[in-house]
Amino acid sequence: MAINTNRPTSPHLQVYSLPLTGIISITHRITGVMLSAGLILFVCIISALAGGAESYDTMQTVLNQWPFKLVGWGFIYALFFHLCHGVRHLIWDTGSSFEAETLNRYAMIELAASVALTLMTFIWGHYGL
Amino acid sequence: MDYRTPLSRAKGLGSAKSGTGHWWMQRVTSVAMVPLSFWLIKFLGLSLTAPYQQTVDWLTSPINTICVIAWIIAVFYHAALGLQVVIEDYVAAEGPKIISIWAVNLAFLFLAMAALLAVFRIVSIG
Repeated sequence: MAINTNRPTSPHLQVYSLPLTGIISITHRITGVMLSAGLILFVCIISALAGGAESYDTMQTVLNQWPFKLVGWGFIYALFFHLCHGVRHLIWDTGSSFEAETLNRYAMIELAASVALTLMTFIWGHYGL
Repeated sequence: MDYRTPLSRAKGLGSAKSGTGHWWMQRVTSVAMVPLSFWLIKFLGLSLTAPYQQTVDWLTSPINTICVIAWIIAVFYHAALGLQVVIEDYVAAEGPKIISIWAVNLAFLFLAMAALLAVFRIVSIG
């Protein structure tokens, strides 16, 4: 089907300041895409382990350089953010907590929880940063 | 009896496929990954800091092998389902949409197989 792309449009995202829930919503999608890309790195890591001690050590040396450490921690935070907002979606799926004042409260809880989980992982201390 | 609308017949893309199956599997995999994320974090932590044998020993313990394999199956399925929605939202043209969705599906199937193969290799060496 031919789509008419020449229709008039109203200004939307460029002039509309997203509410907190909107920012979280698009961040959920962006982190989802980035985490999917990060899975390639996971396959590299587990394949290096399967390759034996030598390839494992090489992988560790490479990934312990700071640009990769930054990517790693970005992945961990994105994971916890996506997990927390994912749980929020599951709560929504039960049909509850759509009230306006609840939305912002849950948004703050998600953000706090994702930061707290990242800090807990950091303190858990496997990462030696 | 043909219940399809004239528009759906003209587009010739078949039925709506699996109906709510896509939405539902997105939820099932997400619930599964809430606890399974622990095994990913633990695995990443070991892989970046622990000596080779320690990581192998951890991964070859049966409960860890099972949970890592379960996570792998869930995560690649979940990622392919999620990226499909993103593509459907932003790619308007029907041809490129179908091609990119299947390219993503096949790429994640390939990655999942590579990850599973790696686990089996580690378990058989370990």
